[in-house]
Amino acid sequence: MNTIESPNYMNAKKGILSWLFTLDHKRIGILYLIGIMAAFALGGILAMLIRMELIHPGQDIMDADTYNQVFTLHGAVMIFLFIIPSIPAALGNFFLPIMIGARDVAFPKLNLASWWIFIGGSLFAVFSMYAGAVDTGWTFYTPYSTKTGTAVISMTLGVFILGFSSIFTGLNFIVTIHKLRAPGLTWYKLPLFVWGLYATAIIQVLATPVLGMTLILLILERVFQIGIFDPAMGGDPVLFQHFFWFYSHPAVYIMILPGMGIISELISVFAHKKIFGYKAIAYSSLAIAFISFLVWGHHMFVSGQSEIAAMIFSFLTFLVGIPSGIKVFNWLTTLYKGSITFETPMLYALSFLFLFTIGGLTGIFLGALATDVHLHDTYFVVAHFHYVMVGGTVMAFMGGLHYWWPKMFGRMYNEKWAKFAALLIFVGFNITFFTQFILGSQGMPRRYYNYLDQYQPLHAFSSYGSWILGLGFLIAFIYLFYAAFKGRPAGRNPWGALTFEWETPSPPPTENFDKDPVLRHEPYDYDKVLVERTYPEK
Amino acid sequence: MNHKEGHPEFLAHHFAEPEQQHESAKFGMWVFLLTEILLFGGLFLAYTVFRSWNPDMFYNAHLALDRTLGAVNTVVLITSSLTMALAIRSIQLNRKKHSMYFLIATLVFAAVFLVIKYFEYSHKIHLGQLPGKYYTYTGIEGNNPHIFFGIYFAMTGLHGVHVIAGMIIISWILIRASRNHFSHEYYTPMEMTGLYWHLVDLIWIFLFPLFYLIG
Amino acid sequence: MDTTGTLFMPSGASTISGEVDAVFNFILIAGSIIFAIVVGLIIFFSVRYRRRDKPGLTSGISHNLKLELTWTIIPVILVFFAFYFGFKTYLKMSIVPGNAIEIKATGQKWFWSFDYPEGVTTVNELVVPVDQPVKVLLSSQDVIHSFFVPNFRIKMDVLPNRYTVTWFEAHQKGEYNLFCAEYCGTEHSEMVGKVRVVSESEYQNWLEESSTAGEGMTPAEYGAKLYISKSCNTCHSIDGTAGNGPSFKNIFGKTEKFADGSQAVVDENYLRESILEPANKIVAGYQNIMPTYQGLVKDREIDALIAYMKTLSNEQQ
Ligand code: HEA
Ligand code: HEA
Ligand code: HEC
Ligand code: CUA
Ligand SMILES: [Cu+2]
Repeated sequence: MNTIESPNYMNAKKGILSWLFTLDHKRIGILYLIGIMAAFALGGILAMLIRMELIHPGQDIMDADTYNQVFTLHGAVMIFLFIIPSIPAALGNFFLPIMIGARDVAFPKLNLASWWIFIGGSLFAVFSMYAGAVDTGWTFYTPYSTKTGTAVISMTLGVFILGFSSIFTGLNFIVTIHKLRAPGLTWYKLPLFVWGLYATAIIQVLATPVLGMTLILLILERVFQIGIFDPAMGGDPVLFQHFFWFYSHPAVYIMILPGMGIISELISVFAHKKIFGYKAIAYSSLAIAFISFLVWGHHMFVSGQSEIAAMIFSFLTFLVGIPSGIKVFNWLTTLYKGSITFETPMLYALSFLFLFTIGGLTGIFLGALATDVHLHDTYFVVAHFHYVMVGGTVMAFMGGLHYWWPKMFGRMYNEKWAKFAALLIFVGFNITFFTQFILGSQGMPRRYYNYLDQYQPLHAFSSYGSWILGLGFLIAFIYLFYAAFKGRPAGRNPWGALTFEWETPSPPPTENFDKDPVLRHEPYDYDKVLVERTYPEK
Repeated sequence: MNHKEGHPEFLAHHFAEPEQQHESAKFGMWVFLLTEILLFGGLFLAYTVFRSWNPDMFYNAHLALDRTLGAVNTVVLITSSLTMALAIRSIQLNRKKHSMYFLIATLVFAAVFLVIKYFEYSHKIHLGQLPGKYYTYTGIEGNNPHIFFGIYFAMTGLHGVHVIAGMIIISWILIRASRNHFSHEYYTPMEMTGLYWHLVDLIWIFLFPLFYLIG
Repeated sequence: MDTTGTLFMPSGASTISGEVDAVFNFILIAGSIIFAIVVGLIIFFSVRYRRRDKPGLTSGISHNLKLELTWTIIPVILVFFAFYFGFKTYLKMSIVPGNAIEIKATGQKWFWSFDYPEGVTTVNELVVPVDQPVKVLLSSQDVIHSFFVPNFRIKMDVLPNRYTVTWFEAHQKGEYNLFCAEYCGTEHSEMVGKVRVVSESEYQNWLEESSTAGEGMTPAEYGAKLYISKSCNTCHSIDGTAGNGPSFKNIFGKTEKFADGSQAVVDENYLRESILEPANKIVAGYQNIMPTYQGLVKDREIDALIAYMKTLSNEQQ
């Protein structure tokens, strides 16, 4: 029978302060996990309010101003407080050092600082809810954002501070991956999750400072009216859009690349097969990271940029689809001749393949100039980005959470409930958001509090779907929470996986390994090595 | 894990050897400096854009800046970079006293820089050469000269914040040096501070010609 | 739902809508095929290679150059086509034909106004002749808006202090929705207008009528029309309920309190000032969001509006 080995990182030191000021990357990972889950719950509740309001045209539960604040907060909370830190800062923090056989990240104090900065920034952002809320949309477009009477400053300041948290995490990961790998663990033997985090970290470090600067300029514009974005004073509001998307387009790959890293792990482990095209997957992450800096203009095809610029941005946008496709096909081929099992993490991985492909392919409609003119700022875009962010990143995050939960807490969740929740989420998600593709191409603009009667049936359908979706998430959080304390011990290696983290006890000891890890095989050698599962399938 | 024996005091538990720790710190610092460059990069971009839209106004407005003070400040800052480098050199040779003197000299130069900047700023405030809606000066021809000063204050202001941050860090290094934390074997924090200080210097070396010389 | 279009696209009513739909359908079909392959393979592999017995070692294949080239090159070719078609049509959408008539459209919080070369001004209603290229010269009074007519497949941002251009040639008579597609504040979703496509002769008649509008009506009747057509109704009710602005019910002759503490009796001069310079006196409890109607209403129209407002007040006589 499996037992919980002791002492481990969780019971090594006691007391709330030993958590809040810990330098242990695992504890910091857990702290982050708590933070982002709170953010996700908040953003999710706001999403439910959005869908409630949109169930009929006209006023249902709130007035127009409140609605505008609700979707702004929903977007800002989900993006800056939840999805950007989600996989890297929570799961990455916990597992990156263990997966490369290190005892910690390169700069533990910086790591702790980044969590505190995250909390500080989040408080600012949440504080703006009390200080009159923000009604600009998460994109803060000028001149609206410099003129509206709401708490734009505390929100942008919050996002600015959160940016530092993101930069520090990225910086820490880059150095950790370069300098702290276990002896013999060369670049091509790294788990693909690590490659994903590496590509992400590069974007975090290169793009976030530009966002920081943009937000500072926005604040200066509001406070001192320096005129840079104000057309009446010789400035240019479209310049703000360029600045904003120069960060925020790469940011969408900050969101997806770590998720893709998780999917590579899951597919290989649960197909019980060597990953197909290791190098192609690894390098396509870098390719995506690189190209992502050159396509920001595709958010501005109708903002009056020149035809030449539009042409170049459109062309480069399509190039991003190629490396993403390479990944999808490599994952598919990994299934070929595998020995596939369908535990919950795998269900999420397969959901990811299904949903991300839809999300990505609809990105192609938006990248094509003629169609984007019609689809821009409609629900088609809303559906596109929920398919990639929820259908992509959140599915990968849920998959990773279920995959590593037994390692983080040493205990297994209830598989039946887990499968049921995964099903609800998959079905509910498609009902909620597929309808929005139709709404959008029929011309329903986004950020609309009210709408014409002709759109009512689909809006109602979408709202019903969101209840199924919300219920699925709620169930998942309940049984996961329960499992962390009461689940059955899972043992070291419940899935029979081959990366380093499965060689150490669950939960791991403070210094990660009881003896220095030795590289005996590569991460995906399912053709050479067979490890007993400590928590066998029934 | 028996990494306790032969483990120098300054070596953090998760590093195998001092070399690795030093390399990591240095690499991390370079990455950090890269983010700093990109932070300023946003402003340099704004500068370029507005300059290309209003070349004449930028030229006229830049005449309002005092070249002499700018040049003096450039020399002051370059000298402070030199003393910073010498402080590191001294500690490498295990000359703690010298190293501390050089750090103090660096602090003094930084302070001189800020004092000169203070005089420049107060002169502009006095004349009303201020950003945006606070701009009241009338002597500059061209469209929207307030934008020039908006960018000028944003960039030199952000740079000034970096100088102040640098002074705080150098003071802290000075205190640590006085407590014998550093020796020729271990002086990583001082070296990192040096790198940072050189970057602050380097940014000024770009700001000076862009604002004072070519406008 | 508009049933004349496809599942995805609403009915097309402009010369370029067919082309845009062709690009859309090309991507839709190619994408669906790719999606079908992906999902087909997931299902096939999941069934075929599910674990039936004890785990064992599995195949170690990790490369296949031909396969990898295939799934790189085919998508490259496909996206190249998508790019090319998209760009070609986009160019057509950007180049205004020489024989287009030009109408100036102004977006402001939260309505559209249109100025015709013939001197006619309309609010939230764009009337155009069928089969005639129309160039729309766009600008904004305040923040960014976006001019979006789904049935024409056109959209263009409307910026303050700058002109942007879009054009269309409607080939189908009818009434089409005009949306504001760029978020612009409280009433963003109410910034909805109509594009009415009529025959050339109807268009000429309409121009004629509009430039002599109000003739043969009493000023109050004309005012009632203007109350709708100038969009006063989006903010002011006539039944006493407060909207974004104070209701017009019983407005005339009442004593109005202002945000700065002063007050005044509502008379003709005050009403005139409120329409032309709304920011001068802000009614207590409301925000300074009413746009100035300077240039949008003629003197005659102001008179009519005032006459209309008087009829809404029982104290007047
Ligand atoms: C996780 C986040 C994420 C990801 C990964 C993506 C991925 C992509 N996005 Fe998306 N996008 C967003 C988040 C994301 N996006 C958000 C948040 C917005 C809106 C912001 C706002 O305005 O509020 C947005 C908006 C947005 C726009 C602007 C729309 C508009 O406002 O008008 C465009 C336009 O080009 C676009 C394109 C793309 C493309 C081409 C990809 C590609 O990377 C997709 C690549 C993937 C595939 C193509 C699928 C897999 C490939 C195959 C199976 C192979 C076969 C493929 C081909 C033949 C092409 N996105
Ligand atoms: C990661 C990003 C993310 C995520 C996950 C979501 C999730 C969801 N989003 Fe959102 N959305 C955005 C990012 C995201 N969104 C952005 C960026 C915008 C644009 C904003 C703008 O225009 O500015 C937007 C806009 C947006 C709109 C358009 C609004 C408009 O344009 O007018 C809609 C409408 O349907 C919507 C719906 C939803 C729904 C139903 C979900 C659902 O998937 C949510 C489901 C989740 C839950 C219901 C939470 C359940 C969890 C619990 C209850 C847990 C309790 C747990 C504990 C206590 C530990 N979103
Ligand atoms: C976007 C919303 C909006 C529109 C459109 C609008 N108004 Fe107003 N109006 C307001 C608001 C808000 C106030 C109160 C604040 C103020 O006094 O400016 C107001 C005040 C007024 C007042 C003074 C009312 C009082 O009780 O003292 C008059 C008169 C008026 N509007 C007339 C008009 C007319 C006529 C039109 C159309 C031609 C119009 N408004 C269109 C928002 C609007
Ligand atoms: Cu005007 Cu939205
Ligand atoms: Cu993008």
